[in-house]
Amino acid sequence: MVTTPDIDLKNLTIEDSISHLKEKFGAAVSDDTRAGYSGVVIDKSKLREVAAYAKGVLGFDYLSNLTAVDYLGEANHTTDDHIEMVYHAYRTTGGGALCFKAQTDRNDAVVPSLVPVWRGADFQEREVYDLYGVKFTDHPHLQRILLWDGFHGHPMRKDWKEAYYEDDHKPFDSRWPGGHVHRAEEKNIFGSNVKYPADIDLSRLADVSDEKIYQSFGVGIDSEVLTADHGGIETNQLVVNMGPHHPSTHGVFRMVMTLDGEEVKQLEPVMGYLHRNHEKIGERNTWLHNIPFTDRLDYISSMGNNHGYVLAVEQLLVQNPRWKKPTYRAEVLRVLMVELTRIVNHLWAIGFWLNDLGAFFTPVLYFIQERERILDFFEAVAGSRMMCNYMRFGGVFADLPQRLRSVANLMNDRVRDYNTMQFLTEMINERIPRTIDELDEYLTDSEIIKSRTIGVGFLSAADAIDFSTAGPVLRGSGVAYDVRRAEPYSIYPELDFDVAVRPEGDMYARYMVRVQEMRESVRILKQILPRLEYTAGESASDNNSAYADKVPLGESYGRVENPKGELGYYVVSAGDKKATGNPWRYHVRAPSFINLTPLGHMSRGHKVADVVAILGSIDIVLGETDR
Amino acid sequence: MAGQGFIKGMMLTLRHFLKSYAEDFRYGLRRYAPDVNNFETRQGTEAEGVFTVQYPEEKVAAPERFRFVPFLVVQDWDDELNPGKDWCTSCGICAKVCPPQCIWIVRTEDPVTGRPIPEPEAFFIDIDICMNCGFCAEFCPFDAIKMDHDYELASYDRTSNHIFDKPKLSKEFRYWKQIAPTRAEEEAKVRGSWEHKNFAKSWNTSKPTAAGEATDEKEMKREEVRSRKAAAEPTQATVNPAPEAAATSSGSASAPAGDAGTAPWNESADEKEKRKQAALARKAARAAKKDGE
Repeated sequence: MVTTPDIDLKNLTIEDSISHLKEKFGAAVSDDTRAGYSGVVIDKSKLREVAAYAKGVLGFDYLSNLTAVDYLGEANHTTDDHIEMVYHAYRTTGGGALCFKAQTDRNDAVVPSLVPVWRGADFQEREVYDLYGVKFTDHPHLQRILLWDGFHGHPMRKDWKEAYYEDDHKPFDSRWPGGHVHRAEEKNIFGSNVKYPADIDLSRLADVSDEKIYQSFGVGIDSEVLTADHGGIETNQLVVNMGPHHPSTHGVFRMVMTLDGEEVKQLEPVMGYLHRNHEKIGERNTWLHNIPFTDRLDYISSMGNNHGYVLAVEQLLVQNPRWKKPTYRAEVLRVLMVELTRIVNHLWAIGFWLNDLGAFFTPVLYFIQERERILDFFEAVAGSRMMCNYMRFGGVFADLPQRLRSVANLMNDRVRDYNTMQFLTEMINERIPRTIDELDEYLTDSEIIKSRTIGVGFLSAADAIDFSTAGPVLRGSGVAYDVRRAEPYSIYPELDFDVAVRPEGDMYARYMVRVQEMRESVRILKQILPRLEYTAGESASDNNSAYADKVPLGESYGRVENPKGELGYYVVSAGDKKATGNPWRYHVRAPSFINLTPLGHMSRGHKVADVVAILGSIDIVLGETDR
Repeated sequence: MAGQGFIKGMMLTLRHFLKSYAEDFRYGLRRYAPDVNNFETRQGTEAEGVFTVQYPEEKVAAPERFRFVPFLVVQDWDDELNPGKDWCTSCGICAKVCPPQCIWIVRTEDPVTGRPIPEPEAFFIDIDICMNCGFCAEFCPFDAIKMDHDYELASYDRTSNHIFDKPKLSKEFRYWKQIAPTRAEEEAKVRGSWEHKNFAKSWNTSKPTAAGEATDEKEMKREEVRSRKAAAEPTQATVNPAPEAAATSSGSASAPAGDAGTAPWNESADEKEKRKQAALARKAARAAKKDGE
């Protein structure tokens, strides 16, 4: 890293960084002056130089988020229709985002790729190419990532309509007051709902994505690659498809590998089997509608997903003078739920990672005993075990009930009844620590675990940052970066906890980070208990009656430290008055998706059985990866 | 020493294995008897070992806030003033806040004037689309749509069975009071009466005296006590599993409130109609008596 002497990296604020950029690049960098927007707009021809300068000189080494927005027909912020690339870069030493944008024409959308600067841009740029049709020059492997190769069009563009398209925005007028029920599929699937181009070329229905993958490996369908001879014997490399239906891939996920013997030479993750264009659905929805949809991203930790989304929207809502901030009790409840979720997630992650290592389901069952009780608590408070849908803008769904009571009705003839605070106190002070101790005793010193995991799946600290990994993967590589500390939100600044970090960078380090994080979560929860006591009676849901909030114009990027890593939501409120009832853009920075970027890098040189465990140690959920 | 960690792990596995039989030793074969209330003990905070809930013979109890596909609250069928009347006013808020847009409402319109009447002509929920988020119940200003606890909705034919219409969705208010006693009480306090907002209003306008309000309040308190008692009953049975209770309760009697056949909200349309007619007859008789006086 070349640091010019006149830049004091330690005290460099975002404003200083921006003025440095302007000084260096002159007219190519200009302030984003649109209402509610921040950061700078960069001339796209200079994009890569600016990014390299921001990374190398200004120290923004971590590219958190990269996405695009289609401003077709948006009248409030822009006069011309264009696609805008949005980048959020951070310093791993902490602090706010350097947000920079580049605009490009819709019909000929080309932007220089940032993969040469941050390798973490790889999958994210492929996603933008896939969904927006923006071409990235010099991208090493620019292919569709979530959709199949024969897919027509780029669905996130505003002028692309889905099958059974009804309206741009919910609520649909057909539901009330003359709501005569119909099913979407009752409509003729080849009717005007589905747009086929007049010059339809049926050959595009032939999927060539597989051939493309194999060719990118240098293994064409009809070419043979001979490896170096093994003791005089000539051997072929073998292409193996693992998944999409494979028990070790935690869902429908596929890895294409080239093997030399049992050694992985190259690995390419293939995903999108669970893709439903969550973000397009999110743009149709109202702001409120999106909360239960976020539950379905990382369905193991839905409370955390809720939290990230409401934080992002609340950043916009504060501009509204009538809007009330969440009360202290609401914040306490949010942190309580999120930290319990973290424990749930890590118990689950470690359990299934053990499955991948071959300890089939015995450890999982031991760990999810405690998870069950936490989910019982979620069910009694939020109404559902996994799809919690608990947080609202400016508060939470409802305060804790006095008693966690199950009622007898025609379905259930037996009843449970606990005092909520007593249940929580017992759980946090005794049962969860007991489970974690047991897990620790069970696994940490086990010779089998150690010999399978130490030194396997190595990712160096520099690579971990460069690949934009987050969460335990990043911290397992010795980078003490936790959003709760780096850019604190909610009531985390006043809570006492440490960032779990291990320097080794292998699977065992990631496991140790998870165990340590659970202990830190318990530490936080113990501080939450007295806060719950003395805020008792305070309102937890002041804004609940507002079901049709208009969100002030602007953009915001809200991020939280979800158990799987940094979960970010980039939301834009734009358009006319009517349109502010719905997000103009709703983007999810999914940690499971971006953490997969270095999978090939980590797996190279290991055995197939290790690849399974390496994937388990990243801890992905396909609901979030494919969105 | 090499192998120490491994042995430690195996010991732990053994401990778990033995623990899973701890409850068996505690209960003996009674564990498998259908009428013994040891289920909540095994589910309780002190329980040890993994066990399997023998679904569908056993079911995990659902907490009050548990939410599944919504239902429409209607006045009890034996209510004398408004038997079986919808609480829904077809204001359309539930249809608007529904994230997957699975609610369809037809508003009733006066055939003569064309003005809207505050009750739904038709109400549909496509339960295949419903995502059980609970927004409709949360934002309903009339407490007219509530989330149900009945999660066994599987059927052989989704096209004919999975779009719920108004008769299928409607459940009596007493059902809501039973599945969510605490919340029903809280909501009634906010409304100021056990009655539906609009019914209460008409009640108050027809009887604008202070005495009328007082009786209403009294009635509400009485209801409160009754519902609390109802809620407490099964709990007491759990706390003191009296030997004679175990002896007497067998088969269907083990489900204190759960006898699906006789529960009023499970009645057929005919029976509902019968009860409605009986209520109306009682009302008419009382009115006639009053006129006679």
